[in-house]
Amino acid sequence: MQTPLLPRWGLAAARVLAVAGVLLAPLVTDTFALLAFTVYLVMAMLALSLAFIWGFGGILCFGQAAFFGLGAYAYAIGAINFGPGTGALLLAIAVPAAFAALLGYFMFYGRISDVYLGVITLAVTLILFNLANSTSGPQYRIGQALLGGFNGIPSIPTLTLPGQDAPLEPEGLFRLVGLLLIVAYAGLRWLLRTRFGQVVVAVRENERRAELLGYDARLHKLAVFAIGGAIAGLAGCLYANWGAFVNPGVFGLAQSAQIIIWVIVGGRGTLIGPMIGCVAIQWMVTALGGQQTVDTGLVLGVVLALFVMLIPRGIAPTVAGWFSRTQKAGQP
Amino acid sequence: MDLAAIFSLEVVGAIATLVLMSIGLAVVFGMMKIINLAHGEFMMLGGYVAILATNRLGISIWISMLVLAPLVVGLFGVLVERLLVRHLYGRMIDTMLATWGLSLALVGLATMVFGNTTVGISSPLTGFAVGSYQTSGYTLFVIAVAVAVLAGLWLLFRFTDLGLCARASMQNAAMAAALGANPGRIYTLTFGLGAALSGLGGAVLAPVTGIIPTIGASYIAKAFITVIGGGSSVITGSLAASSLFGTVSQAVTFAATPVLGEVALLAAAIVLIRLLPQGITGRFFKRSI
Repeated sequence: MQTPLLPRWGLAAARVLAVAGVLLAPLVTDTFALLAFTVYLVMAMLALSLAFIWGFGGILCFGQAAFFGLGAYAYAIGAINFGPGTGALLLAIAVPAAFAALLGYFMFYGRISDVYLGVITLAVTLILFNLANSTSGPQYRIGQALLGGFNGIPSIPTLTLPGQDAPLEPEGLFRLVGLLLIVAYAGLRWLLRTRFGQVVVAVRENERRAELLGYDARLHKLAVFAIGGAIAGLAGCLYANWGAFVNPGVFGLAQSAQIIIWVIVGGRGTLIGPMIGCVAIQWMVTALGGQQTVDTGLVLGVVLALFVMLIPRGIAPTVAGWFSRTQKAGQP
Repeated sequence: MDLAAIFSLEVVGAIATLVLMSIGLAVVFGMMKIINLAHGEFMMLGGYVAILATNRLGISIWISMLVLAPLVVGLFGVLVERLLVRHLYGRMIDTMLATWGLSLALVGLATMVFGNTTVGISSPLTGFAVGSYQTSGYTLFVIAVAVAVLAGLWLLFRFTDLGLCARASMQNAAMAAALGANPGRIYTLTFGLGAALSGLGGAVLAPVTGIIPTIGASYIAKAFITVIGGGSSVITGSLAASSLFGTVSQAVTFAATPVLGEVALLAAAIVLIRLLPQGITGRFFKRSI
């Protein structure tokens, strides 16, 4: 067991603060900042999905963007065809989850090693990118939704919550995203404490030992992968809502790379670390976007290589390590 | 009859293209068990070297493509091995991530230096006719280069001292070192050789595709599934997997569209890995190089 970052009351206080922050932030910020915060939180949810798959399931998925993109496209197609209600939202969760389960079946039941797994997920993402890029023209349509190839799908209707007539305003979307993120985070923490979660961590630690103790490692990995795919799909759906637009860039290599970088920088083996890493990197990318001299990809690549070589554990575990060490040193 | 001839030529051309895309990666992966995610960017560098040396410096395209590009990229590979990969031996996942960082950084750097536009070079060979069909003579050249690369590698690994030392170091580094080989130097040379082959592949394919900083992404997926599908034997595996995937993708391309051809290639790869997790040479031709 890793040492918790905060004592129990601190954790409760952090939860209250998080919920309060999500509910009150729209009152004190302007719309522009709110939109920026919304996309940070959407990406934090994406980071959370990989933090779960990689940090706890031990599955190195280079193609988390595939599920994100599938979620975004599924929501867009669903919303255009049968309205932006709960149905489209559920579709955006179900499609990536099913795709992850199918892909996971081939990978885990084929007993592919970690490294091949990374390569296959990367290849699948690239193929989806090429596929989505080549769907321009009126013959590529699903129902009433034109896929639009490189240009993507514009003017996606914004989500309408059940029992309401009007689509969500930016404030409502921000609150929804924040609450869903908190729910996903709390849900994953709960899941990791159940018997299922314990077995998942056991499989990560030593797959053969877990199997010899009678647990089906393949099934557990498959389930973790599908859950991660579902959360990434939800993030994709919220992203499509945020911009009312989706294009094949969501499947792009840059997107996949960023997710990995968030988790590496934030720290594998924690759920909160990758979310912090995500916000920090997003902030850095936004700041870098304002100047012309240095390419963002160059900086991201250097950050990734440096973290792997110098701080392989990431920020959150390293900082937590400092605290637990100072505590121990302070005790007699 | 003419159609059959053209079709076979296209299939062999697709296989040769896959060989050129994947052989540099196969050498590094097969010999050193290192997954080099910057492979596509090494190819991109090779393409830039070939095109810029021809267009700006006026060097003959054959020299810049077949000599200069592998040389420059090979030296760059040696540098990368010394500075980056060397520190991460035995940490496969970390190597993968670090080379991915390198890949992103190279794409960013190339975008800053060359700009985000495609530069091209005209194919140096004219087309020829088979019956009533016109085809590109460059396809024949690609096939010839692929054959030459495979044959050269086979001779290198099979008959030279360096090849013997390299194969010995890969099987048991400690034992090879005890017998007088220098594994550190051999790893550097092998990585450099792999990089040089990537550069050659990128340069030879540059007249077909044109070069843009992000072109690595379009190579890397195919290169990887070919190497993984091939398994641990460098030459046999690469050839076997290229033949299988090249035939499948070209047949589907002929029947439907190039995009569906790529999808078919991926589907074939996933099914193959489900059936043969160790790749083709994990089951067949086990003793080959």
